[in-house]
Amino acid sequence: MLDAKDITVSYGARAILHGVAFTAKPRQITAIVGPNGSGKTTLLRALTGECRFGGRITLNGTDISRAKPWELSSVRGVLPQAIALAFPFNVAEVVRIGLQRGLEAQERGLISRALERVGLTGFADRLYQDLSGGEQQRVQLARVLVQVWHPVRDGQPRWLFLDEPVSSLDIGHQLQVMNIARDYADQGGGVVAVMHDLNLTAMFADQIALISKGRCLKQGTPEAVMQNALLGDAYHCNLRVNTAPVQGAYLLPHTASLTVEERG
Amino acid sequence: MADLVVHAGLQAPGSRANGARLLTLLLLVALVGASLMSLAIGASGTSLWRAFNDLVSGQSLSLRDQVVLWDIRVPRTVLGVLVGASLAMSGAVLQGLFRNPLADPGIVGVSSGAGLGAISAIVLGSFLPAVLAERLGYYLVPVAAFLGGWASTLVLYGISTRKGRTSVGTMLLAGIALGALTGALSGIMVYVADDQQLRDLTFWGMGSLAGATWTKVIAATPLIMVAMLGTPFLARALNGLSLGEASAAHIGIPVQRMKRLAILAVAAATGASVAVSGGIGFVGIVVPHLLRLMVGPDHRYLLINSGLLGAALLLIADVISRTIIAPAELPIGIVTATLGGPFFLWILLRQRGLVDM
Ligand SMILES: Nc1ncnc2c1ncn2[C@@H]1O[C@H](COP(=O)(O)OP(=O)(O)OP(=O)(O)O)[C@@H](O)[C@H]1O
Ligand SMILES: [Mg+2]
Repeated sequence: MLDAKDITVSYGARAILHGVAFTAKPRQITAIVGPNGSGKTTLLRALTGECRFGGRITLNGTDISRAKPWELSSVRGVLPQAIALAFPFNVAEVVRIGLQRGLEAQERGLISRALERVGLTGFADRLYQDLSGGEQQRVQLARVLVQVWHPVRDGQPRWLFLDEPVSSLDIGHQLQVMNIARDYADQGGGVVAVMHDLNLTAMFADQIALISKGRCLKQGTPEAVMQNALLGDAYHCNLRVNTAPVQGAYLLPHTASLTVEERG
Repeated sequence: MADLVVHAGLQAPGSRANGARLLTLLLLVALVGASLMSLAIGASGTSLWRAFNDLVSGQSLSLRDQVVLWDIRVPRTVLGVLVGASLAMSGAVLQGLFRNPLADPGIVGVSSGAGLGAISAIVLGSFLPAVLAERLGYYLVPVAAFLGGWASTLVLYGISTRKGRTSVGTMLLAGIALGALTGALSGIMVYVADDQQLRDLTFWGMGSLAGATWTKVIAATPLIMVAMLGTPFLARALNGLSLGEASAAHIGIPVQRMKRLAILAVAAATGASVAVSGGIGFVGIVVPHLLRLMVGPDHRYLLINSGLLGAALLLIADVISRTIIAPAELPIGIVTATLGGPFFLWILLRQRGLVDM
């Protein structure tokens, strides 16, 4: 269980988050959506203990501002929006950086399975800096997966925090990555993901938190959040929510309508 | 999860660990070779082979050979190993810390801060209370250099760190400013110095192992040993830091503590080296860069290999420095700068993508 109460964050004198409440449960994908600059990344940074915040955040019952880095790292992995590396590491070496202490004996198996999972088998000795943006993003996801490979450990759920995990991926790999998140949740882990694509979000998320101007307008099921007025208010444009014929996925047509029918 | 367990010796795809370990072995052999060369070659005609023969056949060495080997060449070789290893490892640690392959003790002002400390100790040492000067003895200059290097690093840290986060860009720029300032202060010291001190300073400033004595070895060893034994523990942290500070923290690394440790280790190793051999440039930048090209940037292997290669290369540079214009001697700093300067420019060009290799 992830429970954040009354979260405030400021950069200097500028307040970015004004008392946000946010919860996420294991076995679920909880999406954070909202317009650019609304504070999604900032909220994720607070939830992962990366920036200072006011309020209280507990992860699996532990107050994260009291936890040591190595305690947090054993229960949650974090995928940032983008990562540039300073040195010419190859793909396997980047993934290995996520390996936690004491798991060195499993290194070989973990790395190749993580690479296989993100569709990068055969990339192990390619240089990270020579990969495309989408490939780099998947390498980083593999690194995070290696860090918290088993969704449950010692009876406690583990967590993936993903900041726009599909932002530079094609539609096939978007589905692949969202399915990784789905499987992680189905096996008992928790997933918190910042998302831009509302269609994809509606397809995969169990819970959606809609952020606007540093406040949480609404957190709830896709049905509850995907409302014309609510979304129009947050994104400042006219949106019409349709219901897809299959499985009730919600679609947001702009001019043409895009229908994605498969799930999972 | 039996399928996740490795079979011994089988390397994961993409891992360069076996290559890096093999390189460690080769570098060890190279270091032994360079040490023998350093012991065997010199301005006097003393031959290592003859000395060895004498020893084996039970004859005692001539007094002259004894002096040349034991009082001149051995301490010089030992000092070369210590200084070469600590300069190269300091470079590798700083580069990992700053996430920049161009960072180097010389560039961020650690060396010039240490230099100012050392120069002050040489020039102003006579003004110290006699008790204190006596207590410190030959540790005076290394300790002053360590304090100078550490102080300049702390000032840098204070300038470039806010709320526990370090901005690397600010740190590098502040390092340039601090280097200029400590350089100027050192220049003032030179004005104050008397003739004898001036001669010491000139040779020292170029960087040289020429004055190597057992006293210097003893003076430099404790600081360098502590730093070198400590650096391998930084390897995992530096690997994590190459993802950025935030991600390093996310994978469980106590970032701020590791940064403080790294800075202390670098100040100790650089300070001690500068104190006994002056400013020998470019070792800290050339060695780690070459190794990254060969077996990749994983710090678990980079740090130790840097130490070995740095020691071997410095010994070779030293042999060049004392044979190329024998019987006179070229300060080793000139040799390393002549070789390292172009190399540094080559790295710059590569980084700008002008040269492709
Ligand atoms: N380090 C910083 N210093 C000052 N202001 C910042 C900083 N980081 C972010 N901000 C500001 O905080 C606000 C929220 O930023 P945040 O990155 O959380 O937005 P976001 O919702 O993730 O946007 P996007 O969809 O573009 O990723 C923005 O107005 C941004 O300009
Ligand atoms: Mg963002």
